[in-house]
Amino acid sequence: MKPRPYLLTLLFLAVAVALSIAVGSVFIPPADLWRVLTGRPPQEVSQAAVILLTLRLPRTLLVLLTGAALGGSGAAYQGVFRNPLADPYLIGVASGAGLGAVLAMSLRWPYSPLGLLAVPAAAFLGALLTVFLVYALARVGKVVPTTNLILAGVAVSAFAGALTSFLMLRSSGELHRAVAWLLGGSVVAGWKPALIVLPYLTLGLGILVLSGHALNLLQFGDEQAAQMGLPVTRAKTVILLAASLTTAAAVAFSGIIGFIGLIAPHIMRLWFGPDYRRLLPLAAIGGAGALLVADVLARLLMRPQELPVGVVTAVAGAPFFLWVLRRAKNQGYW
Amino acid sequence: MLRIENLSVFYGPRPVLHGVTLEVASGEVLGLIGPNGAGKSTLIRAVSGVIPVAGGRVRANGDDLLALPVLQRARRVAVVPQAVTLPPAFTVWETVLLGRTPYLNFLGQISRRDEDIGRAALARVDALDLAERRVGELSGGEQQRVLLARALAQSTPILLMDEPTVHLDLHYQIGLLEQIRSLAHGDGLAVLLALHDLNLAARYADRLALLVEGRIEAVGWPRQVLTPDLLSAAYQLPVEVIAHPLSDAPLVLPGR
Repeated sequence: MKPRPYLLTLLFLAVAVALSIAVGSVFIPPADLWRVLTGRPPQEVSQAAVILLTLRLPRTLLVLLTGAALGGSGAAYQGVFRNPLADPYLIGVASGAGLGAVLAMSLRWPYSPLGLLAVPAAAFLGALLTVFLVYALARVGKVVPTTNLILAGVAVSAFAGALTSFLMLRSSGELHRAVAWLLGGSVVAGWKPALIVLPYLTLGLGILVLSGHALNLLQFGDEQAAQMGLPVTRAKTVILLAASLTTAAAVAFSGIIGFIGLIAPHIMRLWFGPDYRRLLPLAAIGGAGALLVADVLARLLMRPQELPVGVVTAVAGAPFFLWVLRRAKNQGYW
Repeated sequence: MLRIENLSVFYGPRPVLHGVTLEVASGEVLGLIGPNGAGKSTLIRAVSGVIPVAGGRVRANGDDLLALPVLQRARRVAVVPQAVTLPPAFTVWETVLLGRTPYLNFLGQISRRDEDIGRAALARVDALDLAERRVGELSGGEQQRVLLARALAQSTPILLMDEPTVHLDLHYQIGLLEQIRSLAHGDGLAVLLALHDLNLAARYADRLALLVEGRIEAVGWPRQVLTPDLLSAAYQLPVEVIAHPLSDAPLVLPGR
């Protein structure tokens, strides 16, 4: 049997997108859905049209982009650190990006027209500072042991989280929204967030997808990679920059969502092998699908209230994390 | 042809190689022998450009190797590293094709020609039937052959090997060394081969270089280098050298 990785993953994504468009607090009959989507909404479905076009479709797009960013950057971090537990959330990059984003928000930037653009930029700077700090703290010679990586990630994450809390408490008023955002919920409605994030994501994920061959070489260690012709330091720096840009794009408007960056690459690697040229796009597609499913669950589980999607991914992801940890320990590699 | 000129390497303040000068001709296997910690691995790593050198030069067919960009270097020199843990989930085929890295475009696209070269490299080391296997499932001898095939896929005129026979049983040791010798004699590669086992070195290397505490103590035919005096001093142990009853190659026995 020859598995068809892209076909299967895209199929999963398509189902997830369909679910995300169809499910919500207001039921819209499938026939009306179809009419709105094909661009001929008659009078009686105008309410459905409003809900779809201003709420569900933009949300679906933002969640899709966020999931793709988390899956792709997770795969890249795992590859550069040669560690299966690297995930933008666990190594603290997401918290760093969150701190950057909250800093930008607390200065009330998002409420001016240009300010919305500043959020992902600030998140990028935060993510970048964090990833190099965690790497420097965790590195022993040329390797990054799992325990060090996670510990450094936890410490830096806690620090960034504390600063974030401080900023949020100081800026009163907006507290509720900020907390909801931090747990993984969009603050700004409409198409804007997705459209602003799109260029960051395209650039970041684009570079990562092109880095598949370099990531493959890095799995053999820096020395062998160099002997096969890879400029190791330059390649690692470019990949970490791109991964941080991608993470920042995810965090900027969707908050800190854990475990998608861990689960998506892992399952793809398990099913379709370790070749990063394929793994990276697959992890992005799979991550998008997984986050959409989590988001649908977040809408359904406590109806009519919504759960923050970060709560759903953590409930599903934490046990998965422990399973991976055990597996990595038993196999004695990575 | 590989020329190492006056190469010096320090680990921190400690000198590890003192002005090493060696020449490996095309079509020749130069065996690098010496006690543990003499600097054999360091020499191979320094020549491949992965550790900084304090002084000296390495020339590959005239080019100043260490001044070249990594990618250019990888077209001239390939390395078979000392027994390493390989990422277990990669297949043999994926691993061997990584050897084509210095010839790929920035998209990393593998061409038909790259695949042909990869297949030829696997065939060269009798490992074509392993292609679909995962490297984590292979025996030590098979892994070593795969690494040799990966180095061959780099299509370099120079091959550096760091104790490729370590952990292999006698059958695989001899098989691998026969292949290495035919790569030099048949295909004209310049092979620098670090070896622990003096008797295997005597039999499979054309010339030997004895490295002791970072200095080349002797270079020459096996018969010139494997002498009781040189070896006793190098290994700090009385050594007898007799002639191999069949091949007449020198045979080294620890004395007493």
